[in-house]
Amino acid sequence: MKPERKFWQSALFWNVAPILAALLFTTLLMLAVGAPPLRAFVEILQGAFESPQKWADVAMAWTPLALIGAGMSLTFAAGLWNIGAEGQMILGAICATWVARNVTLPQPVLLGLIVLAGLAGGALWGLLTGSLKVYARVHEIFAGLGLNFIATALIIWLIFNPWKPERGATMSGTVPFPEAAWVPRLGNTRLAPLSVVLALIAVLAAYFLLKGTRFGLELRAMGKNLRAAFLQGIPTQRHTLVAFAICGALAGLAGALQATAVYHRLIPRISGGLGYTGMLVVILANYRPELIPAVAIFFAAIGVGSPRLELNLQLDASLGGVIEGTVVLFVLLGAGLRKRLGGARPPSTSEGS
Amino acid sequence: MRIALENIHKAFGPVRANDGISLTLEPGGIHGLLGENGAGKTTLMKILSGYQAKDAGEIRVDGHPVNFASPAEAIAAGIGMLHQDPLDFPPITALENFLLGFDNRLIPKRREARQQLLSLAQRFDFPLDPEAPVERMTVGERQQLEILRLLALGAEVLILDEPTTGISAPQKVQLFATLRRLAKAEGKSIVFVSHKLEEVEALCDEVTVLRLGQVTGHEKMPVPLETLVRLMFGQSLALPDKTAVPLGETLLAARGLTIPGYRLTVTGGDLEVRAGEVIGFAGMEGSGQSLYLRALAGLLRPKTGSIRLAGEELVNRSYREFMARGISLLPADRLAEGLVRGLSLAEHFPLRRSTPFFIDWEANAAYTREQIAFFNIKGTPETPVEALSGGNQQRLLLALQPPDLRVLILEHPTRGLDMESTRWVWEQLLKRRNSGAAILFTSADLDEILTYSDRVVVFFNGEMLPPLPTPEVTVESLGYLVGGKRPTPSEAHET
Repeated sequence: MKPERKFWQSALFWNVAPILAALLFTTLLMLAVGAPPLRAFVEILQGAFESPQKWADVAMAWTPLALIGAGMSLTFAAGLWNIGAEGQMILGAICATWVARNVTLPQPVLLGLIVLAGLAGGALWGLLTGSLKVYARVHEIFAGLGLNFIATALIIWLIFNPWKPERGATMSGTVPFPEAAWVPRLGNTRLAPLSVVLALIAVLAAYFLLKGTRFGLELRAMGKNLRAAFLQGIPTQRHTLVAFAICGALAGLAGALQATAVYHRLIPRISGGLGYTGMLVVILANYRPELIPAVAIFFAAIGVGSPRLELNLQLDASLGGVIEGTVVLFVLLGAGLRKRLGGARPPSTSEGS
Repeated sequence: MRIALENIHKAFGPVRANDGISLTLEPGGIHGLLGENGAGKTTLMKILSGYQAKDAGEIRVDGHPVNFASPAEAIAAGIGMLHQDPLDFPPITALENFLLGFDNRLIPKRREARQQLLSLAQRFDFPLDPEAPVERMTVGERQQLEILRLLALGAEVLILDEPTTGISAPQKVQLFATLRRLAKAEGKSIVFVSHKLEEVEALCDEVTVLRLGQVTGHEKMPVPLETLVRLMFGQSLALPDKTAVPLGETLLAARGLTIPGYRLTVTGGDLEVRAGEVIGFAGMEGSGQSLYLRALAGLLRPKTGSIRLAGEELVNRSYREFMARGISLLPADRLAEGLVRGLSLAEHFPLRRSTPFFIDWEANAAYTREQIAFFNIKGTPETPVEALSGGNQQRLLLALQPPDLRVLILEHPTRGLDMESTRWVWEQLLKRRNSGAAILFTSADLDEILTYSDRVVVFFNGEMLPPLPTPEVTVESLGYLVGGKRPTPSEAHET
């Protein structure tokens, strides 16, 4: 007989409850600082979806998150903490910028080259993180963090030295690229369809790689039990390097597109913390590529909508970041609680040995 | 302090580590706890010292029932345990380790503690430097430090789990002198956990022997060694007739291997394994047989020596190259090293088979179902491996092995398995043997080794003894060798 299950034991409850708890928490937070919670939420939603322009902005903010999320779903599957997506984005943007500034070709060819340069730059930086882990036994978190700082230093040096505008360098970055290096936009919106298509392809590719290929299965085996994976004959070092390279390539592509489709120039804060937000996207998507597009929309909408808080409610736009972080924490908390409560139940299958 | 353990039970999954053990420890004596690996000695002592919870049973100290929830509670009651692997903190100094546990103030009184450590060390003549980082101390010195720490915490009962592994001969002499002094002059109770017959013989006043989680005997020392051996290993079974398999040519030849390990460096003598041969490796856990076999599997790189498979030198090749040449290892800890927890049965097969890059999951599920039926695994393609019982995990591991293996290396192939699974596993292994594979395995079960091996290799304390043909060995003589005693002339069959 099937045991009767209470509502709080159902999957639905555990998926919805953490989000509600996070909203409740941010509501209490706003009440504590004397802000009207309901209006704040409505403002964010309106700020994100009130016009086609805004929809286009959300799509553009979605693109790098989806790209980075797709890449990180691979490194996470292999049990690797790639926190170096920021640096990988920057390297992709730098390589794309070099192409945009130095190569003159018809637009389609040039854009193809820019995409490749972004992929290559990020892959190189990812590979460096992976090599430090594999060959020098530096934990990937420290390697990634260190390389993020180096990438930041590098981009600032480039903008303020070899690539500075003739009028003098500022934090607003290099001079705009030649128009041939701009990714074409849809009408008068800021939406560059090519970027969105590339991101969708990346998510689909990550999904099929993990679900349908030996490589993906082997990555998942590594993530669940590295020792057993190695003993089964999986080339764990090579796979670690490849996973970092792919993740870096996609982050690098995100960086290249930020430069050529969004800003049309290289700016010092080209990565803008998206490398970290991308990590939150994957965590909230429970490391499943198929959920990344939806979760990335949530983050993109909050990112696009929360500046309105500043305009209309005199609240700091960072409240958006607080909501994002709170949701992730509560979802993780929910997953932990569920496991704990679930673990208390008697095991469902018991076979004699 | 008089300690009575009554009817202690502890199970780890299907394995009954302690199966109704009763034991009394009188004050002021050295009590030996003897048994082969997996007999339940360490589990019992961990329960007594608060590291592990018992499933059932009672512990009484001076007649009062106690229930220690942590080692801190046990030591507060005067029971301290010295673990086989010193549980200290290598990067910090001896003094700081000494302070752990007994000074709960925020700012420890270092000077007092230093004085106490030095005077204790002097009393027992331990040459300890309070400021030396523990990582630079020898195992013996760390052990001395831990003994002093437990004494300073007020231990009346001192449990030592295999304390002589990894310490030097002079340190051992000193340790024994210290233990005698603690027991005779200072009235402490010592529990000496060991598998080494000689040491129990030399040190203990009385001894309790465990086998498979149960007490098989309690003796006042001195007692004839044969008695202890019989209690430890049980009566030997009549060996089944071995179907003669003609041995093929030499498949695997290892010469002069030395393998650096954590505690000891293993020195392996020469070994030639012929196609169709089964060789059992006996020895207490940590005596070197495991490291030796892992070196033969390509997992550990020997410092010196050569490993040849059908004439080809393999030393310094990678583990994957060993695998590609048909050498495979089935590790003892099936869930930690053999299988991937969280992946299903079906997801395990493509890891080991040369399937194409794109996996045809439907075909794979069909293949998995075939294997499940053939290997009689209780599970479905979707079952996660951790839901399988130990026997079924071992069946799956065997099912995963490629058909054309040349050398199969197994650690404890039937540990934790019931009779039926054990018989079945050996049926599979002997089938592979019959088709020309060589089988090398370790086991703590001497009967298993004598039943299935053509030759037996014994390791003691990191040293490999020359291989013995099985017909020349009995459970008794093997027990002596495993316990570090060379056979007496009546049983000797030196070749």
